[in-house]
Formats: sequence, C-alpha cells, structure tokens
Amino acid sequence: MSRGPLLFKDIDTPGLAGLETYRGLGGYEALAATLGGRSPGECIEIVKASGLRGRGGAGFPAGLKWSFVPKNSPRPKYIVCNADESEPGTFKDRELMVLNPHLLVEGMILAGYAIGSNQGYIYFRGEFAYVQKIMDRAIAEARSAGLLGESVLGTPFQFQLHTHLGAGAYICGEETALLSSLEGFRGQPRLKPPFPAVEGLYASPTVVNNVETLMNVPHILKHGAQWYRQWGTEKSAGTKVLSVSGPVKRPGNYEIPLGLPLRTLIESPEYCGGMRDGLEVKGVIPGGSSVPVLPASLLDTGLDYESMNAAGTFLGSGGVIVIDDQTCMVDALWNLLRFYAHESCGKCTPCREGTYWMVQILERIEQGGGTERDIDLLGDIADNILGKSFCALGDAAAMPVQGMLKHFRAEFEYHVKHKRCLVNRRRQSVLEVVA
Amino acid sequence: MNHAPIMPLEAPGTREWPEHVLAEVAGAISRYPVKRSAVLPLLWIAQRTWGWLPPAALSLVARTLELDEPFVFGVATFYTMFNLKPVGRHHLQVCMTLSCSLMGADRLFKHLEHRLGIGHGETTPDGRFTLRRVECLAACGGGPCMQVDLDYHENLDEAKVDALLETLE
Repeated sequence: MSRGPLLFKDIDTPGLAGLETYRGLGGYEALAATLGGRSPGECIEIVKASGLRGRGGAGFPAGLKWSFVPKNSPRPKYIVCNADESEPGTFKDRELMVLNPHLLVEGMILAGYAIGSNQGYIYFRGEFAYVQKIMDRAIAEARSAGLLGESVLGTPFQFQLHTHLGAGAYICGEETALLSSLEGFRGQPRLKPPFPAVEGLYASPTVVNNVETLMNVPHILKHGAQWYRQWGTEKSAGTKVLSVSGPVKRPGNYEIPLGLPLRTLIESPEYCGGMRDGLEVKGVIPGGSSVPVLPASLLDTGLDYESMNAAGTFLGSGGVIVIDDQTCMVDALWNLLRFYAHESCGKCTPCREGTYWMVQILERIEQGGGTERDIDLLGDIADNILGKSFCALGDAAAMPVQGMLKHFRAEFEYHVKHKRCLVNRRRQSVLEVVA
Repeated sequence: MNHAPIMPLEAPGTREWPEHVLAEVAGAISRYPVKRSAVLPLLWIAQRTWGWLPPAALSLVARTLELDEPFVFGVATFYTMFNLKPVGRHHLQVCMTLSCSLMGADRLFKHLEHRLGIGHGETTPDGRFTLRRVECLAACGGGPCMQVDLDYHENLDEAKVDALLETLE
C-alpha cells in the first residue's frame, strides 16, 4: 500500500535506493526533459508557480529564493542542501534520504541548473554519518551513469556534487551558520543582509534548500505547477511530510496534503491511530520544538502555513510533538529549554544568557521553589530574547516559553502555589537523572 | 557548545597521518575550493584513526591545512561530537530531548547508570563503555533512542538495552 501521495508514494519499493530501480519508476526523467528543452529561467518560473515553500521550517517560497541569485555574477554559484535536520521533533529528512537518495541527487542537479550553479554540497548533521554513506553511494552511481560530472547526460551542463558531515551543533541548521561550518569555521551565524543568495558560501551567490524542498523539485518539473497544486491549499500548495512523536499509538513520518486537520493526523487510523491507552492529548507542538504549543482545544486547526499562523503558531519543520495529559508542562518546557541553553552558540547575549536563566527559573519552579514573580520573569526574559538575538535560535527558545505561558499558565501557577506538579508521570526519573 | 574541553598533556607535532588514510585526506581536501573547508572532514578522519582528538592530532590537522593551531582548537571545541579526551570502545549516547523523554529516556538513562556503574561523561574502568546524555538525534518517532558509535537504536527499553550491551565487546 502506498504510504503517501507524492514523496512517499513509491518510497517502500524494495531497492529504490539503487539507480536502476529509481530509474525504473521514472527517476531522472525530469532531468532529461529539463536539460533537453527548458531554460533555467523557465524552471524557476515553474517552481514559483507551483507554490512550493521551504520545507525546513521558514516556509519561504522556493522559486522566489532561487530568483534572488544574481544572473551576471562573475563568481561561481553554489547550491547547498540543508540535511542538518536538527529541529527536535523532526526526523523526516533522514527517512527520505535513506529510502530515496537519488530523488535528492536529481533535485540538487535540477536546482543547480535553475540557478546556474555547477557545484553542490549536502550538509549532514554529524550523527548522520550512515546517511552520508548512503548518499555517497547514490552520488557515485549517478556519476558513473553520466548524471553528474563534466557533462550531465551528454549536455554542456556540468555539475559536481559532494557531501559534508557536521559534528554536532543544532545551530548549523540555521543557513548562515551552516555556511560558516561548511567553510571550516565554528558554526556561528552571520548577519543578514547580505543574504546567501547574494553572498553565501565563499562570499558567492548560494541557495540553501532543505532536503524535502529539493525532493519536490523533480516531481514539479516533470508534471508541472498545476499538477502539484492538486494537493494543499491556495497559499500552502502540495504535500508535507510530518514527523509525529510522543505517546501516540503509531508515531512516525506521514505525508499529508497541506491543510489536513491536526486532529485527523493524530486520531485517524490512517495516520497515528490516537493516543496510547489511558492517555489523552494535552497539547501539541506542531512544527518542531521551536514553535508555540497548541492546547487540545485547537486540534481542529489545519496543518498548513496560514491556519497555523492564525492559531498563533507555525507549521515549521513539521515535527509534531504530542504531549499527553499525564505530563507536566513545566517539566516539558524545562526539558526544551535545556536543549536551547545547550545549543546556543554563544555569539550574542540575549540568547546565551537568556536561555541559561530560563533553565534556572524553570528548574526552581519544577523543584517547588518558584514564586509567582518567577512566572512573570520567565515571560519577561522570553520577550527580551525574541527578535533581539542575532539569528533565529533566540526566537526558537523564546516562542515555546510564550506558547506555554499563554495556554498553560494555570499549570505554572499551580506549581508555584502547591510546590508540586499538577500531574507528572515522569517526575521521579527526570529529577533523579537531570537535577 | 562543547562547554568543558579537558585536554590531557601531549606534545604537539608528534603525530602523522598513517599510510592508509592519506588518500582519504587528499580526497577530502580536493572537494573544496578553499582548504580550510576540509577541517571537519580531517577532524573526523583523525578521530576515527585515534578514537579521540589528542592535541597532536589537532596540530596535525592544522599543519595539513595550513591553519593556525588555535583556530583548529576553536573549531574542535565548538562541536559536541569531537572527543577531546579518550572515550571507551563503545560510546553510548542517550537522547534526552522532549520526544524521547516522553517515551522514557530518563528512566532508561538511569538504568544504564546503575548497570554500568558510571554517570554522564564517564567511562567504565575496563574501557568498554562511555555513557553520555545527548540532545535530539532526529529519531523522535522511535524514542527512546540511543546512538551507539555510529548506529542508531530506537524504541528501546531496559530489556532491549541489556540485550544490546551484551553484543558490544
């Protein structure tokens, strides 16, 4: 049975990671057709018309991003794939690359052709060494078959593709930090503007796209923009792979048409099949740990960029973390803030200091020593990080705090008043290990 | 950030690339228009070669890429996966971030501490295991997850971890 409408349609085909099987299912046909009769400018227009938006988290229109690359730059241009997949709750790119590596190779070549780049890099998080091996094998196969190299499919277009392994740093999922890391520096973010499209890798025009974004490109160029719009909504076209984690019956990756209600994803037997026995949904973090939580009362919100924004949160990377009614929200937030404090790169003060102090305050509340003033202070620190740090990591640490205080403030107040959790099935083990 | 590097004393300049990795080192450098970009690939090769990154290995990477030693030291200390002190033959890294924690990662980590008699960042006296808490491994749907050396192990519980440890020499 097919697991999804587009990227997941054939993904369980045995041997799909091999070139022959991939080609047997129509792979590299989009590349042949494009190199055979379409200009780079036409490719950009088709991707623009498809409505494809960046699937890594920011949701920026992909075709528009491509069009920012200056056409007459004397410098070489680069296409870089962000395969850092560092946002907690997100694990889709790993499965997509392991099962269908050639789709990413084809997407990279096509993106390179569209923006006039002859050199691509795929940047993996350090833990993905085994995924890198799978991609390297696919790249070697493609090179032997004349799909990469001096003359792609016998045309004058040349394209080289290499992989690059990070070494453990959440911040390298941020595109300018990723480029710093790829250049051999500490992975710290750079000021924008200049944006990477103008001055990116080695100060040359560079496009950084997420794995899933690039994997949509061959399908769009093969079937056309209107065909792609058969899924999703007017402003959120296409499909999205969502990673669902937490105590649901069947966690995992699900490809959905954009706009599907969050409740359907969690409760339908076609997807997660509901919560594990004895548990109810308390809240859902819908787009990776960096976005504000939604309470169970908002489960009917559609999973698309606009509906999520209207509900006060973001679709983000599509990392859906389901939190159950037996979990303490103070404890859950404390866990997430430990992550951000650990991963803050240390470059700027609001994020570096703010994440540290928020962890201290949350620990104090969780351990029963918090006061009403601590809750206000927590919100105050979050307000002072949001929009005031160098890159999005600061915002990413502030937004979960704001979301929790907006929807679950009563639980924080209970904690302060009664000096214990309202509920917490994990309390003993958490305190023994972490505190 | 890798907050607390501990650097044992070792004279810099005393290590060379072994013969069998020379082609790999050259290959890594050839992939980039700027030599400095090969710093992470070379640090990885060095860590695979010696199991960790002694100061002389950092110095070797610096020499190979014509970089200053403090620059390479700065890069190596930024990333959490570079071992700046020796680790055991098997590196057990338990994800503790929310999705895994909701599925029992804390309990699993406590179990490992008891069973191995070591805490976070410590190595068993026989040099067999190093245990660490780590942040999100991008395996949230298979939580709790533990990375053992390069391999992911998902949907773990105490019994599965015990069986897994038996297979690691």
